[in-house]
Formats: sequence, structure tokens, C-alpha cells
Amino acid sequence: MIDQALLEKTLTTATGRGGEFAEIFVEDRQSSGALLDDDRIEELTSGRSRGAGIRVLVGDSTGFAHTADLSEQGLIAAARAAADAARDGTGGVTTLDLSTQTVTSPSPVSVYPDSVAKQRKVELLNLANDAARGVGGAISQVSVGYGDVRRRIQIANSDGLLTGDDQVKTRFSVSCVANGDAGMQTGRESIGHTMGFELFDQYDVTDLARKAAQRALTKLLARPAPSGEVTTVIGKGGGGVLFHEACGHGLEADHVAKQSTVFAGRVGELVASPLVTLIDDGTMAHEWGAFAIDDEGRPAQRNVLIEDGVLIDFMWDELRARAEGRASSGNGRRQSYKHLPMVRMTNTYIANGKDDPADIIANTDSGIFVAQLGGGQVNTVNGDFVFGMTEAYLIENGEITEPIREGNLIGNGPEVLTSIDALGNDFEMGAPGTCGKDGQGVPVGDGTPTLRVPALTVGGTAA
Amino acid sequence: MLENLFALGDRVVARAKPGEQIEAIVVNETDTEVRVFEGDVESFTSATSQGIGIRVINDQRQGFAWAGSLDEDVIDSTLTEARDNATFGSIDPDLDLAEPDGVPMVELDLYDDSVSNFATDDKIALALELEAITKDRDPRVLLVESVDFADSVGAAVVVTTKGIRVGGRDSGSYVTATVIAGGDEDTQVGFGYSVHRNPGELDLEHASQMAVERSTRLLGAVKPKTERLTVVLDPMVTAQFLGIIGSTMSGEAVLKGRSLFADRLGDNVASAMITLVDDPTNPKAFTATDADGEGLATRRNVLIDNGKLNKFVHNSYTGRRLSTASTGSAVRGYSSTPGVGTMALSLVPGERAQADIIASIDNGVLIQGVSGLHSGVNPVSGDFSTGADGLRIRDGELAEPLREFTIGSTLQRMLTDVIEVGGDIEWLPSSAAGLSLAVGDITLSGA
Repeated sequence: MIDQALLEKTLTTATGRGGEFAEIFVEDRQSSGALLDDDRIEELTSGRSRGAGIRVLVGDSTGFAHTADLSEQGLIAAARAAADAARDGTGGVTTLDLSTQTVTSPSPVSVYPDSVAKQRKVELLNLANDAARGVGGAISQVSVGYGDVRRRIQIANSDGLLTGDDQVKTRFSVSCVANGDAGMQTGRESIGHTMGFELFDQYDVTDLARKAAQRALTKLLARPAPSGEVTTVIGKGGGGVLFHEACGHGLEADHVAKQSTVFAGRVGELVASPLVTLIDDGTMAHEWGAFAIDDEGRPAQRNVLIEDGVLIDFMWDELRARAEGRASSGNGRRQSYKHLPMVRMTNTYIANGKDDPADIIANTDSGIFVAQLGGGQVNTVNGDFVFGMTEAYLIENGEITEPIREGNLIGNGPEVLTSIDALGNDFEMGAPGTCGKDGQGVPVGDGTPTLRVPALTVGGTAA
Repeated sequence: MLENLFALGDRVVARAKPGEQIEAIVVNETDTEVRVFEGDVESFTSATSQGIGIRVINDQRQGFAWAGSLDEDVIDSTLTEARDNATFGSIDPDLDLAEPDGVPMVELDLYDDSVSNFATDDKIALALELEAITKDRDPRVLLVESVDFADSVGAAVVVTTKGIRVGGRDSGSYVTATVIAGGDEDTQVGFGYSVHRNPGELDLEHASQMAVERSTRLLGAVKPKTERLTVVLDPMVTAQFLGIIGSTMSGEAVLKGRSLFADRLGDNVASAMITLVDDPTNPKAFTATDADGEGLATRRNVLIDNGKLNKFVHNSYTGRRLSTASTGSAVRGYSSTPGVGTMALSLVPGERAQADIIASIDNGVLIQGVSGLHSGVNPVSGDFSTGADGLRIRDGELAEPLREFTIGSTLQRMLTDVIEVGGDIEWLPSSAAGLSLAVGDITLSGA
């Protein structure tokens, strides 16, 4: 993308006012999308964004500038701006010799999406639309989306690192509205992987569409969710959102450094039920949060965060790791070249337990079974978190019975983690997600086996 | 700057072939962000961003492409891509760009020179001062987790083959403080801000006081028991709900059968106390703008009039499809085609201050904040359930703090269950203004 000599010159300029560390992050992102809604192919969209972000560290201060102008003139101007922003430093790097490090991607691509005819993408949308509408007359509206993105990045820094990655992601989603006597309900299904168009060799979009439609139909019959504390069984797959919110964010080293997490200072302590082993793994082939290198050039890693209930380590980016004199854990990520990297999750999941999921349900007298979760949010300072349930049922006398309407679940991370009392052996990754933090969104994956929490507060409206 | 953007837009539109419609949106934005921590600059960002979005309609099909660069070769390939994309769209005789509708633009003063002239050192000094006064405001403040200063100057133009050629500049700046407060047993976080088009006018005292009050007043919060009661939504919370209610009033949701109000024009859908207005021409609104995303003049739209559903908002396409007209409500950035949405919502305020409303409630909860709203509200069905924290209202006064509970109802019921609209309207840094809103019969789920 940018040749080595210019990268070296840019970095030298960036440290010209005394920076201790400088980095240039170059990104070229090409995306395409197609949307079917209301029985029409509404639009095909193509997007292109490329530019570079340059940061300079002086002491605890970071200067950052970004530019869409990748010419020598543009890069040098941005390097000067970043250097100006981090002033008053001493030392500085005067000469630089970059050495290339190549990291093999865990997610090789077979079919680059830009090599696929647009007509083929349109056909997939139509197939899914027809399949969803075919599920029943109550399906009143269907929206189908296709998207792909190819993100090529190049990173060089004043430690001499020169590396890069080529990340391809493809996704597909179907949203349905069903209309019944008691109003409208919605159903949604999505798939997304760090891979090319071969995604559609693995998944049948008509299956996906029928599932989404069925979900909307099922919810037409749903009754108001209970309110108050109930025993909650979370289904395999998307239940990983629970851990993303309940403890994932609280294990990010930037929160730890500012003591703004309930988990600060607790490494080595039992913070969860001994059933729980929590892993964040950027190397999981083809998962939504996978990459070869993070956005600071560090190879992806598999990091065990909690093992048998004991807190092992936090997640680290370069900045926080430097301050602690340790290595980054490969969790330095950013939304785009316009953003500073920070500590972020990748693919976060709970390892398999031993219980048969059918037994977990059968051993629950009364409660709810949450089959699909929506997004969530956490207050890392006190550990309180919420997440939405988009498909859920009552459990009565050990059996899954009636569907219940949507609502949020609320709990306290440390309390919920320690109270988990059953963990299934049916681990699965969930749907692709976007994690938001400090205004930046990055793709993440999560997963879990079936599990049970003895008491979570369900925010329903039934008395 | 604006002239350069117009020139680029003009050049793109001039390349339209016979029968082809082209719309170009071109933007340029300069931003600064300063974050300070413990008396030092933690990060300083300065940047300029540019972008162009090109929409092509040809043979009753539409295509779109965008790029985050204004380089000539990039603009060329963006137009080529948009044209190619158009060949795959469905044939739709209603596709067209906005026709100029003669509605005059309201002159708004959205740009203040002082942002461009505000010295870097002054920005840093402002952030450091906010941190210092916040730290010392209350002994229970454990840490000022972050203090940010940010400003931006933006320019955007829309040029089309229909003869639309509009553009403008705006400026903005804000400070925020996030505070962690500690009590005997717990820690709580609170957030405060101040916003102004002129950074010299930012109110540090207000931002600091707000952050400290919002964190300290939750210390010692307990989990309440499940019950049905009256809640008073704090202005910030009301604004968030108004945003969601606004989304159900979008002509696109109505057209595509995704609005719970679709067939209810003229019906009473809310308490008679509710008059909901979307007015981007109100200069007090943070999101005030004289033109919409298709280059039509924005205007004052009354959506709910004394409880009666009066109007939906439209862009030119949804207006045409539903046999009405655009309400000047096309919303977009350069990386998307024009959608439809409300831009500056507010409720017509009532009479009383929050304290007076609270004084007339025997048992209720003041909702200070909500979380998980994006996952907890289904704007199609109207079901909502959201995490919340706040303070118990007992015998007309604020009592103990509460946390780890949810409030739930449906948007439909909530609108009809409004008991009182506060007189304390606040123009917040969002697309909706806030005020205190008392709502009866809400399910609070807790222990």
C-alpha cells in the first residue's frame, strides 16, 4: 500500500518533536451492499474509504492525526500534526529500519466478493424474500440485506515493525414482520463470517429466511413476559452476549487502569462459578471477530480470561501493556483509520461444560428459556448490565411451553457469574455482532453452551 | 470551502447523460478532540474528513456509491460504480430525485467563527479546568475517569439534476466529564456535559455539577421490588424515548408496514397533553438545519396534536408513494441514500417544574437513566423494557436511590398513560429535546 521508504520517513517526522513511539496505520476499505425491502431491490451500494492514522506517544500523552491523503505531502502533514499534538517530549527516534513481519491469516478467503457478479447477490436476496414470504400469509413485510467488506491494513511503528493484513467479511440478514390480531411482531436472523462469498456454500439463505419468518410468527402468539427475578436458561450460541456484557468489558485493561471496573485487582481470585472458563480468541478461523493481526500489528491470540472460575488475566492493547511493562494480548482494535485503537474483545466465549442441555431444562421447575438474545449494555463501574431477549419461552415443570414477548434482562455481572449453576456441552458460536465502546464499533463474535442462572431479573410487563 | 464543495458537486451533476438523474452530496469536516486525565493530556486528535455520495436514477432504477475522499479519480470511479449499481435495482416508477417545492429556507445561524479561532492551548486548558473543578466538587468523587473537549466545523452541499443546489456550514463544540463516585459499599458513575456552537460559551460549572450529582446521588442504591407505579422520566430519558417514538412516525416505516401507527392518522393515540413537534428550523435545537438530505427546506411538522395523530414525516420518495409530499425530512450522511426521520423533536411543554410534579406523587420513581434501550424497545410491536436507575419518590419527595431494575410497557400505552408534561424543556445534544414526563402504570421489574 505505502512503500517502506515513505513509511520510514513519515515515522521519523512523527517522532521529530521528541515522541517515544510513533505508529502509522494505513487502511483501504472497500465495501458493497445490497438491500431488498418491500419486494424491491431497493439499492446496491458501493463504498470506498482509505486513509492513514498516525499516533505519537510522549509519556502518558498520545497525539493523533488522520488523513485521507496518502501522498507524501499528506502523510508528512499528518505526521507533523500528530507530533505537534504530543509535544514537550524528549528523546525521539531519528533513524528507523523497518522489518517486515508476515502473519498468516486464520481466515483464508476462497472467493473474493468483488469477483462475484452483482446479479448473483441480487438472486440471493430474491431467494430469501420468496422463502420468508412462503412461510405464511401473516408475514407482512420482509427485508433482506447482503454486505461484504474487504479491509486491507498496513501498520508500521518506530519499534521497527512493518506488517499488514487483508480482512474479508461477508454477511447476510433477513428481517420479517408478522401481522396478527394483537399487533405486529418481528423476527430476524443473520449470519456473518470472516470469509468470502463461500459463506453461501455453508449456509442456505432460504433456511435462514424461513427461520426469521417463523420467529416472527411464533411471537404473534407470545404473552407478556413475567416481571421480577426468575430462573433463566440461556440457549447455546447467542447467549455469549451475556458474558460480553456481564464481564467482558470489565476485563478490558483500559477500564482496569482507571479502576472503572469491578474486576480491577482481582486476578487470581474466584470471580465466577467454577463451571465458567471464559476465553477471548482472535484466532478462531472465520469467526466474525477474527483477524491475523490486531490494529496495532500484534498477532491475534487466544487468551484465557477466566479459568474454572478464577480470573487469569485482562485483555490488553499496546498502550496499556507498555504502561505495565508486559506484552499486548492482541486486543488493540479500532473502527477505522480515523480512530485511536483501544482494548476490545474479539471472539469471546464460554467453553463447554458437562451437562446435557435437555437435562438443564428438565431440571428447571419454572423459569424462562431465552433462545435468542439481542444487544446489551453494561455499566462497568458497578457491574450492572442489561441485554434484550428477542426469542424466549416459559419453562413450566421442566418443559419449554409458551412464547413470551420481548424484554430486557437485567443483572449484576459479578453476581450472575458466580451464580451460574448448570453449563451444557453443546457449545456454539452466535450471530455476528458489533460491539460499541466510546463511539467506536468493531465486529465481534460470541458463543456459549446452554447455561442456567438461578435468578435474573426479567423486565416484562406481566404482574 | 463551500465553493469548492459546490464546484465538485456541479462537476458530477454536469456529467449526467440524457434521461439520467444524478444527486451528489459532498461534505468536509474538521475535528479536534482533547482528552485529559489526572492533569495531563491523555490524547489529542486533529483531523479533516471528506466524502462524497452519488445517487443515480436511470430507467426507473436507482444505484448509489460513496467514497471517503474527494480525489478526482476516486470521484470518477464512484460515479461509475453508482451507475453500474443502478442497473441491478428493481424497476420502480416512483423513483425520482426531490423536486424543488418552493418552500423557502429559514435562515439559521449555525456557524460561529470562534471555533476556528479557538487556540489549541485554550482547548486543553478548558478540559484541564473542567477536570480540576470536578475533582474538588465533592469528597465522594473517587476519580474523574475522563474529560473530553471536542469541536468540529462542517460543510455540506447537495447538488442535483433537478436544479437543487444547497449547502451550508455549521460549527459545534462540547465538553464532557465522566465521574466515578464511591460510597461505603459501592461505586457509581455519572456523566455531565455542556454544548455550544462557540467553545468560549461552554458552561464548565454545569457539566461538572451534572456529572457529580448524577454519580453521587446513586450511591447506596438498592434493588426495588417489582410493582406497577408512576414514573417521572428525567429530561434526558424523555428525549431518548421521543427519538424512538419519532422513528414510528417515519414515512418509510408507514409505507413498509413497520409502523404501529400506520393506519391511525386522525386517531387519538396519546394523552391530550401530548403535542409532539419536529422542527429543525428551531435554532435552539442542537440538530437544527435549514435543509434536509435531499436539499429541500426543513420545516415545522406537528406529528401529534393534543393527542391526535396528525402527520408522518416523509422524504420525496415516501411522500410520492403515499400520495402526499415530502415534509423536508430526508436524513442521511454521504455514505447512504436519503432515509426518512425526525430531526429535532420536542414536546410542547407544560407548566410545572420537576420538583412540583414529584410533589404530587405518593409512590413512584424518578428515572435518572436508562440502559439497553437499543435492545429493549421494539419500535414495530411497541413493546419496551429497558434497564434503569433512579430515585424513589415517596410522599411527594425524592427518597432512596434505586438500581438494577427495568421499566416496561408498550409505546402505545405509555403515550396514553402520560399524567403530566413538565415545563422544564431542555435542548439537549441530541435530535430530541427533553423535559420531565410523568407516566402512570409502568411495570417496574426488580427483586
